[in-house]
Amino acid sequence: MRRTTAPLTAGAICLLAAAGCGGGDHEGSGRLVVSAAASLQQAFTDYVHTAGIDAKQSFGGSDELAAQIRQGIKPDVYAAANTTLPDQLYKDGLVGKPVVFATNSLVLAVPDGSPITSIGDLTTAGTAIAIGDPEVPVGSYTRAALERLPPDQAKGILANVRSEEPDVSGIVGKLTQGAVDAGFLYVTDVTATGGALRAIALPPALEPNVAYGAAVVTGAENPGGAKTFIDGLVHGDGAAALQKAGFKPPPG
Amino acid sequence: MRRGAFGFLLFVALCVALAFLTLPIVAIFADTSPADLIRSLGEPDARDALWLSLRTSLAAVVIIVVVGTPAAYLLATREFRGRQVVVTLIELPLVLPPAVAGIALLASFGPKGIFGGLLDDAGITLVLQTAGVIVALTFVAAPFYLRQAQEAFAAVDHNLLDAARTLGASEARAFARVAVPCAGQGISAGLALAWGRALGEFGATLMFAGSFPGITQTVPLAIFAHFSTDFTAALALSAVLVIVSGALLLSVKLLGRSPMLGGGRA
Repeated sequence: MRRTTAPLTAGAICLLAAAGCGGGDHEGSGRLVVSAAASLQQAFTDYVHTAGIDAKQSFGGSDELAAQIRQGIKPDVYAAANTTLPDQLYKDGLVGKPVVFATNSLVLAVPDGSPITSIGDLTTAGTAIAIGDPEVPVGSYTRAALERLPPDQAKGILANVRSEEPDVSGIVGKLTQGAVDAGFLYVTDVTATGGALRAIALPPALEPNVAYGAAVVTGAENPGGAKTFIDGLVHGDGAAALQKAGFKPPPG
Repeated sequence: MRRGAFGFLLFVALCVALAFLTLPIVAIFADTSPADLIRSLGEPDARDALWLSLRTSLAAVVIIVVVGTPAAYLLATREFRGRQVVVTLIELPLVLPPAVAGIALLASFGPKGIFGGLLDDAGITLVLQTAGVIVALTFVAAPFYLRQAQEAFAAVDHNLLDAARTLGASEARAFARVAVPCAGQGISAGLALAWGRALGEFGATLMFAGSFPGITQTVPLAIFAHFSTDFTAALALSAVLVIVSGALLLSVKLLGRSPMLGGGRA
């Protein structure tokens, strides 16, 4: 009698084993896995489309993607909205040497038709502001910029902050839905909304130096493809897509 | 013999389910020392988040019970055209991804939503406010309660309700004195599920209410905010959430069995 159930049990084990293997979907297929900052979404989507790269891309806060790599998740490419996060991962041996591939500008973003015209309007009582949380690059750039303001003004602006979002998509969403009156974003995020949002340039003295770094992840399944992908960001289809989205090439 | 083999299979299945569902939870505690737990509770952000989570989830659960109990009673005791449709509509948020719930709440109660203008005229703002968190929690958690309460009411012996009515009790009295106590165990199970779901809510809260310490940053949002910089703190806060949710589940279940709520089902 036991014999009748043995194949069943074996079948169940096989099923479990098969399900266990299902996770490695890029194994051997040459598919590139990319973890990139949320602000790169449009440019990177455009890049893989024009260059015909078979890539599985996930976009999120650069800090969360870095934390995933620290927890053992291994994409092939890691692209962040700053150079600090890739540099730290490089120091810890988790990614190869990072390459700076683009720069961006932090701007004040408001819904089209908003009466806000400058950073000076943000201290008005009742103005709701969304910024990035302190860990995500857009949030730390924003805080760095505000720190260069007179302390009273910076304090007044921070007092009007109503949400600290985990990535730029959250800030864009809060702005386009009218939940907040203003937010700090990259100029490329504002361009990507196709006119729903308007960018107000920050005074040059406040503008942080926003540079994007990318690296091949140590132990990547597809290091060759990752290298080619990053090269294309510096010269090639990737660079063109970045430029189209409003990014600037790295200095030098 | 055959029965023995089948019994063994059932046993194996339970072991697999138990191991898969509990191992990740055990891992949280294995990686968190009691010192980490205490340290994380000492952080003002963590305490704010915990306090906010308890307040908002309690408010949501009160709303759910007050409105949901009579609504579930009606669905369980009356037959009417379109009843199945109503039941399905009420259960819909159960299967919605949190992101869809967030978008739906923005589209209805957001500043640009269908009722945005009305709310604004009434001077009510929900987005980015604690009230918005409560709305999000109520939306995602209510179906858990409604479903369980409805099933519990449907299982109450109709003869008991009829007897109460024959003895001169009004329908309201029969509901309060017979139906609710008899359905107590099922109702409290629904309460525990809804509360647990509310405590764990993440996506809809983030999209609709945003994330700000002390105002809209509940424990799950605080865990996410800590995840990238301080994994230990995120882990410790997760452990706290597991303990609080587990304690809640257990106490509500025990309460449901107590004679006070008539747990000894008729």
